[in-house]
Amino acid sequence: MAFSLLAPKPVGAVGQSSGPRSVIGTIFRYTVLVIAAILFLLPYYLILRNGLSSEQDITSPDWTFFPSSIHWENITELFSDPSVPMAGAMLNSALIAIVQTFGQLLLGSMAGYGLARIPYKHANKIFYAVLVTLMIPSAVTFVPSFVLVSSLGWVSDLRGLIIPGLFSGFVAFLFRQFFLNFPIELEDAARVDGLSYWGTFWRIVFPNSLQFYAAIAVITFIAAWNSFLWPLVIGQDPSSWTVQVALSTFITAQTINLHEVFLGAAVSILPLVLVFLFLQRYLVEGVAQSGIKG
Amino acid sequence: MSDAQTTSAVPAARSADRKTSAPSRKRRVRGATGAFWLFVGPFLLGLVIFIYVPIGWSLVLSFFRAQNTVAPDVFVGVKNYVDMLTDSAFLSSLWTFTLFAIFIVPTTYLFALALAVLINRARFARTFFRSVIFIPAACSYVVGALVWKLSIFNGVRFGLANTILATFGIEPIAWVAATGDIPWYWPVIITLRLWLQVGFYMILLLAGLQQIPNNLYEAAYVDGAKQGWQTFIHVTLPGLRATSVAVLILLLINAYQAFDEFYNLLGNVPYARPPLVYLYYTALGTAQDYGHGSAGALILALIIAVVTLLQARVLGFGRAN
Repeated sequence: MAFSLLAPKPVGAVGQSSGPRSVIGTIFRYTVLVIAAILFLLPYYLILRNGLSSEQDITSPDWTFFPSSIHWENITELFSDPSVPMAGAMLNSALIAIVQTFGQLLLGSMAGYGLARIPYKHANKIFYAVLVTLMIPSAVTFVPSFVLVSSLGWVSDLRGLIIPGLFSGFVAFLFRQFFLNFPIELEDAARVDGLSYWGTFWRIVFPNSLQFYAAIAVITFIAAWNSFLWPLVIGQDPSSWTVQVALSTFITAQTINLHEVFLGAAVSILPLVLVFLFLQRYLVEGVAQSGIKG
Repeated sequence: MSDAQTTSAVPAARSADRKTSAPSRKRRVRGATGAFWLFVGPFLLGLVIFIYVPIGWSLVLSFFRAQNTVAPDVFVGVKNYVDMLTDSAFLSSLWTFTLFAIFIVPTTYLFALALAVLINRARFARTFFRSVIFIPAACSYVVGALVWKLSIFNGVRFGLANTILATFGIEPIAWVAATGDIPWYWPVIITLRLWLQVGFYMILLLAGLQQIPNNLYEAAYVDGAKQGWQTFIHVTLPGLRATSVAVLILLLINAYQAFDEFYNLLGNVPYARPPLVYLYYTALGTAQDYGHGSAGALILALIIAVVTLLQARVLGFGRAN
């Protein structure tokens, strides 16, 4: 709907002056788009193809786009292979991504609301302290953060994987900007009715902001699920591996079962593909709102 | 009726307010302060513990010898910084990634912009193409590296890239193994990064394109600008200015922070090694050298900050549109 805004409006007039050219232009544009679409989907196809092929099919000297037969039993093989903690890694990733998404949203939106709406004489200084953390490249802090977490004894521990990631200055910043534009009349009415800040926030502001929460939740979940450096640093014991760390271990392993690795990759992206298919509207909005991924 | 009630009620409340102004204002401010800390406090506490404390600690460690221990051992002054800045491996990694950024930032931007413009002008199947180009944004760098290294560019005869080359009679290339003189790993790295990133920035640019008011296009048309290139240069690009600056800055920061796909594609190799991979092996590998690791991390943070500020100034970030 919004996308149609930009289709050049004086279409009729343009069509008259350059009819054949615009047809050629359209054909050219769609050719480029179709080629791009094929290239962008190809890696997903390769994951599925290799994951459901026999090892002989994958390593056959002649490239084939379609395997000679589909091996569904690879799935049970993957989850029953004791040397590959795939089920545990999926569980860890799910736990981390869900808790971090809820935590970042809860803490970040409350902080954002406080900074946007509650008068306090040092509020500006505190807001700057939050802003500064956005300027610090997150990946650069991994050495000092590891130092802290290891002295807390949280290495190879879910606490070390989850808790440091609960506080996102970026999420707080986005919520502050969002709440600044929240219709203040609604809040004033609630305050006149005797609601405290707490009551106003949970009964009026939060229920009327669910769409924004959903948008931020989707990008937070994807970032948490896909994050690699921190889980690699902290998850040293196989029992604390996330899906990304487990897959990375297979890539660098000496001997690998190609079909298992690719099937593992397919399983690891399945939750995100589902999120993508069903919540794409929120995802697009979240990306447009934020412009930053992790 | 109800109007009259409210208008009469408000002055009454105000005068009541005025009478008890001093104590009630005090109470209200104290209430607000308490509420402020209730809302912001938990978040701020976490931010201090998990961001400010580690950075301070790291700053301290960077002036100490801290090997195999996270407690400062022997004060060494700026020795760690001098060591890192004269460490040829660290310097070459910084230099390589400056070149990498110079190449990958404009390339990604141009691909993302071209696709955004194409999708924006598409009259049918727009959502389909947008989704397909965007879907790698939901794929981790690890999975991307896995497909590139073990399937497309696996360096053996049955790999997809080598199969395609074979149809042109070209011998198989080892790609990431880097056995010859030609750095074949760069095409692997760059195509992977483009695949993973272009869709994300395409969405940002598409959102920017939709913010350009349509009457600007109409005005350009009335003024006789030709559809296509002229309109693009005089209307679309200036209208995208703010979005473009944001995209370029994000791309630059990301280029210096590259880690995931390099770690998984190449591992700890002396070539094409991003600063973060080098620091990872310095601080957390067998060396466990937190002093040098902290110094290197702070140098990298400083470089990113300086380059970002320079780029922001050159591009005029924050300048009024």
